[in-house]
Amino acid sequence: MREFSYERATDVSSAVALLETDPDARWLGGGTNLVDLMKTGVERPGRLVDVRELPLGRIESTDDGGLRIGATVTNSELAAHPEVRRRYPALAQAVLAGASGQLRNMATVGGNLLQRTRCAYFTDTSFPCNKREPGSGCPAATGEHRNHAILGASEHCVAVHPSDMGVALAAFDAVVAYESAAGGGELPLADFYLPVGDTPHLETALPPGALITAVTLPPAPVAAHSRYRKVRERASYAFAIGSAAAALDVADGVVREIRLAFGAVASRPWRASTAERVLRGQPAVGAAFAEAADAELAAAQVLDQNAYKVPLIRNLVVSLLTELAEETAR
Amino acid sequence: MAQATASPITLTINGEPHTLTVDHRTTLLDVLRERLDLTGTKKGCDQGQCGACTVLVDGRRIVACLQLAVATEGRAVTTIEGLAEGDELHPVQQAFLDLDGFQCGYCTPGQICSALAVLDEHAAGWPSAATDDVRPEAGPPALTPEEIRERMSGNLCRCGAYVPIVQAVAKAAGQAAETTEESAA
Repeated sequence: MREFSYERATDVSSAVALLETDPDARWLGGGTNLVDLMKTGVERPGRLVDVRELPLGRIESTDDGGLRIGATVTNSELAAHPEVRRRYPALAQAVLAGASGQLRNMATVGGNLLQRTRCAYFTDTSFPCNKREPGSGCPAATGEHRNHAILGASEHCVAVHPSDMGVALAAFDAVVAYESAAGGGELPLADFYLPVGDTPHLETALPPGALITAVTLPPAPVAAHSRYRKVRERASYAFAIGSAAAALDVADGVVREIRLAFGAVASRPWRASTAERVLRGQPAVGAAFAEAADAELAAAQVLDQNAYKVPLIRNLVVSLLTELAEETAR
Repeated sequence: MAQATASPITLTINGEPHTLTVDHRTTLLDVLRERLDLTGTKKGCDQGQCGACTVLVDGRRIVACLQLAVATEGRAVTTIEGLAEGDELHPVQQAFLDLDGFQCGYCTPGQICSALAVLDEHAAGWPSAATDDVRPEAGPPALTPEEIRERMSGNLCRCGAYVPIVQAVAKAAGQAAETTEESAA
């Protein structure tokens, strides 16, 4: 591991001033991804600025009835919070579906959004990788890619974003707040991750050196009736091969409001806007759910080994929405 | 001037304050094992995937292999060496012994530290991925074998002693519940 200097930030403005002058620096949150990548040489920062003692560790209700989640709130604190569990249960479930109890105690909300792909070619520096070394190539496109993207990828990178939490945040229109030396700002999660295109090494729309300070969830009554389901190769403690967050409101057998997002299918948490549009106003029955999933997945581009994800996501949507519809009817 | 790549830290380990200078690259796991001779905490995968290095920091379980030591300034660390009171084992340690919750023993310190935290997290009402209804109105889930398996899933046992491990955690949980009831009575 390369040697690095270390500072503990105590206020946001001096923290962002530190990173403005040093492109070789990285924020250190829980370190569950960054420290691992530093051990293998994927990340080689010359300076770490520890953000864990910044005053960003609270979850608060907003005036309009939403929630503001501080960037250094741990995954454990987020999933245990009564208002998260009451108003956005799929978010608590998504967080609990990720990693282990130990890692959730370390990992932060800001870090979760900025974690890197677990594509085996990205994490192994003996391989080329366009995300790690722009222009070096993508061995995954012709190599091992059974857990790679079916939506929104390009010939330059087919890696998926590993976050569970982000899938629920995408479904609930989360907004990421940040501070930077040039000033603060907000990015809807829909605009937070950049399209892959031919620049897979550029992952987010955050300005250089920006620090995520909070994630805000707007009020969403439908979110109180939501669920996250994750499919993986073992029962626990594994990354998704496909997942979905869904919220559903049914009146008189008709879909009044629907939120739907997928995980492990793209370089970002994938909001299924097309499926939502198709389903609004339709009967809340399995055939309509399947049709909506098909509409979203019509854009899928599969590789040799990951075509299974199309029926997997389709079946996930149907089962999840059917359960939510049955609970509404009760 | 070159920036420092090592710093002095003071942290409490099993109730004892320790001050030492650490290279910033050093993990808490390597400080415990290589600097302080607390070799009860084990190095398994060294990449946060096996749980053998589980310790408690300020009462919360973490994996020490991904925790930079420099970032533990002022924290209170509890390792497997800090659980027994003299010759009297912690109830979770005793339950693992009574039920043979191990075979080779390498993952055991991590399993026991993790189990301790599982009991605390459950007592605090935290749901898990095995909890059907996470809404607070649903109340805390019973600590069923399914819940224990999910909550302990960050600790791998390559000998496959999972069945008695789950039994040991359940036994310790039952004793903890009885103790709580007695003190409430």
